[in-house]
Amino acid sequence: MYVLVVGAGKVGWNLTRELIQRGNEVTVVEHDPGRYATVEEELEHSAQYGDGSELWVLERAGIERADMVIAVTGDDEDNILICQVAREKYGVERVIARCNNPRNLQHFELLGIKPAVSATDLILRLIEHEVPRYGLLHLLDLPQERLEIIEVEVARGSPADGAPIRDLGLPDGSLAISILRDGTGFVPLADSVVQPGDEVLVVLDMGLEDKVSDRFKAPEGGAAAA
Amino acid sequence: MIVGCGRVGSAIARRMLEEGHEVSVLDEDPEAIAQLEKGIEGTWVDAGGSFTVGTALEMDALEEAGIERADAFVASTDGDNTNLVIAQIAQRRFNTKTVVVRVLDPARATWYEQQGLRTVCPTKIAIEMLDEAVREGLGVG
Repeated sequence: MYVLVVGAGKVGWNLTRELIQRGNEVTVVEHDPGRYATVEEELEHSAQYGDGSELWVLERAGIERADMVIAVTGDDEDNILICQVAREKYGVERVIARCNNPRNLQHFELLGIKPAVSATDLILRLIEHEVPRYGLLHLLDLPQERLEIIEVEVARGSPADGAPIRDLGLPDGSLAISILRDGTGFVPLADSVVQPGDEVLVVLDMGLEDKVSDRFKAPEGGAAAA
Repeated sequence: MIVGCGRVGSAIARRMLEEGHEVSVLDEDPEAIAQLEKGIEGTWVDAGGSFTVGTALEMDALEEAGIERADAFVASTDGDNTNLVIAQIAQRRFNTKTVVVRVLDPARATWYEQQGLRTVCPTKIAIEMLDEAVREGLGVG
């Protein structure tokens, strides 16, 4: 695959190196002369000097035959523009943009630039998903469809403990789709009984998370399941 | 509404205000208001204009400057890509009736013009005028 990377900062440089190692043909474009000189020492002909938002620079770098364009400069407007012309002018099917300021994600979305990857946003999500709520893990978010799939652990003494699926009391807009127990998983029936320590996969409308997880939590003051 | 208060943006802003339009200017540099006050009596705000400090891509700043009710939007920062992105935001998100973008690079100006953006390319205009001036000087057609 031929990949064109725009921006040879830390992300662009490492990405280029990894992609080359995996057998891809890669060109990385960098507009800062000093940075270009550094990068070119290692990457040699895979590095090109120039402003990657100039169309002739992109053309010289072979954008017309690129299978993928990755815009990872430090400027969101540049990354948007590069991906927009890559896709709409040069017919590149796959683009990936770096979004430096997560507040700009809405602009990427508006102009149809996806995926847009924001390291800040990713870390924020990780913090939100992994740190605060005991026993709850996000498996999949489908923001367009406004759905998510979570995995919750059944605490001893929780409303769900010992209840059959039909009596779980999950809110409308949510559904238990699988139970993981002793290293295996199964799709529960209405009368399958939930046990403490089970991990239950639930598909739900966004925003119902708290209501769903309440059913699996030990009552206040009670011991949490190990 | 005008984003980018350099020589070009400020000149348009002053002219529009003189003609009695409501004018709002956005620039990331708080000092840029000085450009607007060149050749007018008193301050820009006293003269009836508004000025907001903020970066062009910042939604809060665009909204504070009143993009939602703008009849015309001029993108005249010193960055072609910034101008092209905010012009598309005005056009697609806020449905601004008249959107004009300054683009220095003729290649990008031409392509985005074909995509339905009203671009003005000072470089292209300069090329035409210089060409004409040289031909006139030489006496060739």
